[in-house]
Amino acid sequence: MVRSTIPTAEGTKGATPASRAKAKTRPSARPKRASAKTASETRSKTAKPTATSAGTAQASHLSPPPAAKQRRLTDLYRQMLLIRRFEERAGRSYTEALVGGYLHLNLGEEAFIAGTAAAMEPTDYLFTNYREHGFALARGADPGRVMAELYGRQDGLSKGWGGSMHMFDLQHRLMGGYGIVGGQLPLATGAALAIDYRGGSEAVVATMGDGTTNIGAFHESLNIAALWNLPIVYVIDNNELGMGTSVERSSAEPDLHKRAAAYKMESARVDGTDPSKVQEATRHALSRARAGHPYLLEVMTVRLKGHSVVDPATYRSKEETAQALARDPLSRLAQRLVDEGTATQAELAAWDRETRDAVAAAERFAKASPLPPVDSLFDYTYASPVPNESRRLPGDPLFPPPTRVSAQLGSHIQGGRPEGHAQNRWAEGSVQDEWTARAEPKLAGVAA
Amino acid sequence: MTASTAEVGAAEIGTVTMTYREALRTTLAEEMRRDKDVLLIGEEIGLFEGSYKITKGLLKEFGPKRVRDTPIAEEGFTGAAVGAAMLGLRPIVELMTINFSLLALDQIVNHAAKIYGMFGGQVPVPMVIRTPGGGGQQLGATHSQNVELYYSFVPGLKVVAPATPAAARGLMQAAIRDNDPVLFLENLSLYNSKGEVDLGAAPLEIGRAAVVRPGRDLTVIAYSRMVPVALEAARQLHASDGADLEVIDLRSLRPLDRDTFVHSVRRTHAAVVLEDDWLTYGIGAEVSASIGEGAFDYLDAPVRRVAMAEVPMPYSKPLETAALPQMTDVTRAIKDTLAATGFNNSRSIRHD
Repeated sequence: MVRSTIPTAEGTKGATPASRAKAKTRPSARPKRASAKTASETRSKTAKPTATSAGTAQASHLSPPPAAKQRRLTDLYRQMLLIRRFEERAGRSYTEALVGGYLHLNLGEEAFIAGTAAAMEPTDYLFTNYREHGFALARGADPGRVMAELYGRQDGLSKGWGGSMHMFDLQHRLMGGYGIVGGQLPLATGAALAIDYRGGSEAVVATMGDGTTNIGAFHESLNIAALWNLPIVYVIDNNELGMGTSVERSSAEPDLHKRAAAYKMESARVDGTDPSKVQEATRHALSRARAGHPYLLEVMTVRLKGHSVVDPATYRSKEETAQALARDPLSRLAQRLVDEGTATQAELAAWDRETRDAVAAAERFAKASPLPPVDSLFDYTYASPVPNESRRLPGDPLFPPPTRVSAQLGSHIQGGRPEGHAQNRWAEGSVQDEWTARAEPKLAGVAA
Repeated sequence: MTASTAEVGAAEIGTVTMTYREALRTTLAEEMRRDKDVLLIGEEIGLFEGSYKITKGLLKEFGPKRVRDTPIAEEGFTGAAVGAAMLGLRPIVELMTINFSLLALDQIVNHAAKIYGMFGGQVPVPMVIRTPGGGGQQLGATHSQNVELYYSFVPGLKVVAPATPAAARGLMQAAIRDNDPVLFLENLSLYNSKGEVDLGAAPLEIGRAAVVRPGRDLTVIAYSRMVPVALEAARQLHASDGADLEVIDLRSLRPLDRDTFVHSVRRTHAAVVLEDDWLTYGIGAEVSASIGEGAFDYLDAPVRRVAMAEVPMPYSKPLETAALPQMTDVTRAIKDTLAATGFNNSRSIRHD
């Protein structure tokens, strides 16, 4: 299978007993605010998992997460490699018109993604933005299903309803890629609220681009999370460009992590080209979040290409592009693995072949997956069926044509009028009749 | 008067008379007792007990975890409710008035309404957004709007607009138990209105209109505040002109129950639509278009709409009064329409 070529996490260092204990004692570790106090008092009463009345597969929010494992550098490298090769293939498919809409790639952000995902427990929730294929892969989604979503196929991660920007995988707690800048942040905050409400030990990771820190939803969310001591880590993917606008041109305080100070929130900045550093920083941030201290982490990443596949990035100088390429996390890590004797060139080449094969298999899977049938168009407007929901295709009439047909009417407007009423005004010689008929009172007994 | 737990929660049975406000408050309390996943989120709903006291006594009974006061951050806390709903809670958001819902528009329209469909039906968003509309309180342009249309336009949302205490109760029960985001439109001028409520009645069905007064001569279609106005107009015109008006309460703005009012118009041959929003592109425009398509050949007169004047609402009383639909505006439109049908000349023919 496609996924079998991706190494699973192998632990070299488990979570310390102390960190687990901390998670368990989160309520008492909380600050002294009135609402937090009451929340922790009531927590014990509601600490049992409750089946959701929505009846969806969300019931086991509270299963204690297994100990987080420090992923080996080689595993992180192979995870990054998968993201790189997958994104390259996605970009090619886009130019071959196999993928529609927009396509924002994670090229250059592989270390950030691999490190972030490695620090999360499988039971933690991830909310992210529209540049999220890599996150779907790193959370464990099948590459074939991720590619199938790009291809708009039935087996896609969102069954072909979302596309590149809207990947969702409940099983792996990828709670959505979101296309509106900042839109995911209030949602993620609310997910943390739900965890807190039920006394769970999971946490939420909410990633965003650097440009997102200027939108109101960012500030409203951080304030609410800090007020309510929610278990959430906000992560800024700072690739220094919001589309074509640099951080300096858009943010009065370009040290974005410092914005946490406004909410008395802990924060840090970390090199996003080193997956180990990202993983460490995220693990720390998550442990703080689980203890009731939401956290803002700024990860300094690289965007190797344009904002989206169709953007040639002409706003970047040659020097800037060269600088970005020099910070390519994948080639840096490959060099380091060889330099440190962790991997040989031959191993790197073998992994690359395996990964290319896996991506090719994912692409074949996507291409073979059926397109969604048109009669499924109205399947997902509402979760609870409701009378009078409009299920009309463009041009469909609001009401079925009456079955009674007046003998005097032309067949092309069958049944359009009650029996005995005016003639079809397009019928020969009947135009005058039409206008006359309008002034006449309706006949008795014509009601439907 | 203090709200004791007993007062909020008295488990009465049978039919009682209560205000629209009381119907909302008691239903919220009952639903919170019934389902631990139901929580309230909003500005000033706890300590302050609600700007319009709908949540009076609820903080005391349910505590700050389930009656959660928020900062003034509509986008943030409405979105947080959406996120909590995605994890299976059933949050009820209070937006102080529908004017402020515009601050949360992105979370309601781009997120609450989209999440179920956009991700292929993987996660529902079971939540309620309660918010009052209303004008006529000299609150000026930004506090007197009725923008329920913005939400009624959006697939994925359900929008209900109860006009009576009984409908407020029945639709609130339905909205809370529904698995989709429901915008629950209240109205400032209805909060003190009284009506009979059958406490044992089943929840109402979202997506259904109701014929609240049967009649033969003309169909008046209304929702929210305009339903009592329609009923009063029907009473007056019956007394003065002998007109027998049918009144339909839409109750649900999305989905819109076209069948109920179109079938009514096919019987009465005339319609007037009452709405508290602006005329052009308003709810009434959709209702009229539906009648045009569904009852074209049955109409004896053009469909008439009575709506707010299309101005930013002025503060000064005479201007405000002129901008809002008044009873005389309603009766005039109905009389005009009846006259256009040849009401007084043709009654014997039409009603045989």
